[in-house]
Amino acid sequence: MSHRLPQGGRLIDKTRTVSFTFNGQKMRGVAGDTLASALLAEDQMLVGRSFKYHRPRGIMASGAEEPNALVGLGRDARFEPNQRVTTTELFEGLEAQSQNHWPSLETDIGVVNNYLARFLPAGFYYKTFIHPRPFWKYVFEPIIRQSAGLGKAPKDRDADRYEHFYAHVDLLIIGGGIAGLQAALAAGKLGKRVLLIEQTAHWGGRAPVDGIELGGKSADAWIAATVAALGKMKNVTLRNRTMGAGVYDHGYALAYERVTDHAPMVDGPRHRLWRIRAARIITATGAIERPLSFAGNDIPGVMLASALRDYIVNYGVAAGKCIVIATNNDDGYRSALVAKEAGLEVAAVIDPRPAATGDLIEAARSAGIPIKQGMAIAEAQGGKRVTGVKICAQDSDGSTGEVIACDAVGMSGGWSPVVHLWSHCGGKLIWDAAQACFRPDPARPPLSHDGEGFVFAAGAADGHATAAAALASANAAVGAATGHAITTRLPKVAEAVMGDLAPIWIMPARANIQKRAKMWLDFQNDVKVSDVQLAAREGYESVEHTKRYTTLGMATDQGKLSNINGLAVLADALQAEIPAVGTTTFRPPYTPISMGAIAGEARGDIFQPLRRTPMFDWHVAQGADFEPVGQWRRPYCYPRVGEDRHAAVTREINATRGALGLLDASTLGKIIVKGPDAGRFMDMLYTNMMSTLKPGRCRYGLMCNENGFLMDDGVVARLDEDTFLVHTTTGGADHIHAHMEDWLQCEWWDFKVYTANVTERWAQVAVVGPKARKLLEKLGSDTDLSAEALPFMAWTDAKIGGFEARVFRISFSGELSFEIAVPASQGLEFWETLIEAGAEWNITPYGTEALHVMRAEKGFIMIGDETDGTVIPQDLGLDWAISKKKEDYLGKRAQARSFMDNPDRWKLVGLETLDGGVLPDGAYVIRAGRNANGQNNVQGRVTSTYYSPTLDRGIAMALIHNGPDRMGEVVNLTDGKGGQIKARICSTIFFDPEGEKQNV
Amino acid sequence: MLLLTCPYCGVSADETELSPGGEAHLKRFGPGSSDEDFEGYLFMRHNQKGVHFERWRHTYGCGKWFLAARCTASLEVFGTYSAQTPEPPKEIIEKIQAKRPDWSLT
Ligand SMILES: [Zn+2]
Repeated sequence: MSHRLPQGGRLIDKTRTVSFTFNGQKMRGVAGDTLASALLAEDQMLVGRSFKYHRPRGIMASGAEEPNALVGLGRDARFEPNQRVTTTELFEGLEAQSQNHWPSLETDIGVVNNYLARFLPAGFYYKTFIHPRPFWKYVFEPIIRQSAGLGKAPKDRDADRYEHFYAHVDLLIIGGGIAGLQAALAAGKLGKRVLLIEQTAHWGGRAPVDGIELGGKSADAWIAATVAALGKMKNVTLRNRTMGAGVYDHGYALAYERVTDHAPMVDGPRHRLWRIRAARIITATGAIERPLSFAGNDIPGVMLASALRDYIVNYGVAAGKCIVIATNNDDGYRSALVAKEAGLEVAAVIDPRPAATGDLIEAARSAGIPIKQGMAIAEAQGGKRVTGVKICAQDSDGSTGEVIACDAVGMSGGWSPVVHLWSHCGGKLIWDAAQACFRPDPARPPLSHDGEGFVFAAGAADGHATAAAALASANAAVGAATGHAITTRLPKVAEAVMGDLAPIWIMPARANIQKRAKMWLDFQNDVKVSDVQLAAREGYESVEHTKRYTTLGMATDQGKLSNINGLAVLADALQAEIPAVGTTTFRPPYTPISMGAIAGEARGDIFQPLRRTPMFDWHVAQGADFEPVGQWRRPYCYPRVGEDRHAAVTREINATRGALGLLDASTLGKIIVKGPDAGRFMDMLYTNMMSTLKPGRCRYGLMCNENGFLMDDGVVARLDEDTFLVHTTTGGADHIHAHMEDWLQCEWWDFKVYTANVTERWAQVAVVGPKARKLLEKLGSDTDLSAEALPFMAWTDAKIGGFEARVFRISFSGELSFEIAVPASQGLEFWETLIEAGAEWNITPYGTEALHVMRAEKGFIMIGDETDGTVIPQDLGLDWAISKKKEDYLGKRAQARSFMDNPDRWKLVGLETLDGGVLPDGAYVIRAGRNANGQNNVQGRVTSTYYSPTLDRGIAMALIHNGPDRMGEVVNLTDGKGGQIKARICSTIFFDPEGEKQNV
Repeated sequence: MLLLTCPYCGVSADETELSPGGEAHLKRFGPGSSDEDFEGYLFMRHNQKGVHFERWRHTYGCGKWFLAARCTASLEVFGTYSAQTPEPPKEIIEKIQAKRPDWSLT
């Protein structure tokens, strides 16, 4: 059984107990524990169930590579699934729940999958998707949905706070082990701006656990002194609990700081996402031990040999009382020695190498540890915890052998450098045959903008197995990264001399299929040796294909433990060398990061910046119902007490058409185009002729892109000979301005023209309705606003009611209408003045929906409704706005293409339902027959549809095949519920076709 | 996230300050051009794996469009220059050829 040792534990304080619960059961740990060490101290060896087969699983590792021991943490608004117990620091009151089982961890009926294992082989999903579809739908899917999956998604809104940090440094060092510390020291002394980050709470990495001496002192002492020295350097920043998550183009990096996960009672953000721009990056990310593949290597109590050692040295926790170590390398003996020194029984070290020698092996032998050379584990025995191992010769099929009783097994298949961050942005790897691992190829690093490599690996991450080599590589990496000679001295290292490992991937070598089907490669996704071998037999030669076919390495741990073992098994099955098979792509983040950290502060009210018109506060005070239009918030309508949206819109339209309405049109895009060539430029931008427009007059115009499609529309006013004011749609202002600049800067740079987006410079109010002129007369104007002096489509400067204004006689409603622009700073005051003066005519502010309905009643198009990026002006019956005289304008050549210069297109018409009802949005106009997919043939679609209060019935516009030639024809439309609606094709102008109301 | 130096304001700008504009040095074909020329201008792109001449705008900076020569595979940037340049400048071509003797402007 796993338990707390009477002595030891360099990271814990036994005098301070910490209470927590696991599946509701009260447990105790001590300060400094991780949840993993605390669970082991309480003999909780079973912590979860596996993904596919629901096999009992325990703690496999001691760090970020943990594949099995995932739990849900917290509750309600602070619940988070899939948290690794090995990276969860214990705090008072922590609540953890195990995952992926039903009804309980101890008794899980999903475990039947275990017995169905032979029905869930590699490629199961692909095979079942292909074979009879009903089988998938009615048999497999319900079973899999019930049983597969990890933690449950949280239900409540996240109660915590998250933030982003930005950092610019000369050198980012990822990993605070001894190599990272040495690199920071060397770079710090050069005066470089250095950021050193470490994913755990502790500096120094594995060196203290491995019993290494540095500079004649314990590793702990050297680490403490080095951290203190770095702390005094103003140019060096140290952050622990901060993981290097990803390395991106040109030295951009993301780091993930877990600020208060370990102390939720402390104020502050929970996580912080660091967005780092580093000239150079050193990855000192260490190495991860590999498991060995023997039958039953997933039974709780079987763990990495290094993890077993970590729990003893760091936390004073033993994974068992009687230990067996299986190792293909010398480092595994360290764990045996540590266990022995802690007073545990070490039943055997099982080493498949026939005659390995070395310092550590000799030390183990002297300590009286039985060493079984040339031997292998034939199988681990036990159910919810390991009870023993059967051993056999490595060169055998494992059918016979003695059983050694034990309650914990440490396994070591050698070490894999953590090359993830080196690889994220394209750093290439080379195969190191001596250590059987991939390591960074310094000749092929990821390149920065200057064409130089910007990532340098150091320490174990660079494939250095000894502390001395790791430290030397740190200095070398700083030298290479900075171009300086490094004079920072390296500490003298005292450490064991180690021999070579044996590249043993399967134990024993000739294990039969029953054994290979119980050798786990990917513990989190339940992929076994037999699955990879099956994939190879079925023709999967590419490692990337095999990965997807078997799901090897596709779990949340991204195959940190399984990668090399899986490759080796695949290479063996293909009778190829590992480097020839290659490795899969490493992708950020290194370990999962929270969605909260990605979002940062961008949530709720500050999710995105909002644009507000000068009258915004007035709308809010009136209880306006807002809708987003781009980043603007515009009133949709102004409902009164007891009114719903529909009633409010109807009232607003009737009041406006009957007497007087008021619209806040400030969001309308306003762009100044000015210069001697402004007219020439405007003629290129618009389909119609703008250069002939007279100062003082307005003209409606269409803008197309070079592909011929309609992109924006609006009214242009000529302010003077050299100056045009372009009105764009609300959503179009920024991209139309960018469009203008693109053509001016990149194509017609000889044109003498400037543009300026002055949208927010002006507040604009549409005064609309039969009483509009009366209202302006009441306020008093220094300029004649009569129909004769200021006719439709004219504009003038005027002083109205004391406000300096620009008045445009334009109308988007079909009513007598003045759009009046005043300086933005006076917008609210002007608006309030209008409201007050208009009271006698029941002046009614109206929102965007009334605007839309009134424009549809008049058959005016709306960009984004009648257009969708595939519509040309000719489709909308706007041929009148396309100049035949101009040699060129943007889109002209495109519109001459055969399929555009062709009457056989869907064209805009009006639709009126036979029963007067309102057509659904986006309804299709059906044509007889069905297409190859068994769907209705279509001959058109509805682009706008509304209830018209003016006509008291539904009105719609639609693009219909040859529509204008089919006036009066009745067509069928989909009703969205499986039925059909009949409507008659009619003119798009439903109201006041002669324009009598607006021309007064 | 790329770093590109705006040739107008001299800022070494993060990609988030910039807007991409696709391939550079396209010749516009307008009314009267053949269908083939127009199709080439509007749609046909090199989609180069390797040295690529491309358009960028310093949108959240000085607002100017500029051109860049960049390797789309290694991300090395050979230089940036004014958008009012009809073809890649000689010094940029020489810089690319110094690093990649096999490369030539096609
Ligand atoms: Zn700039």
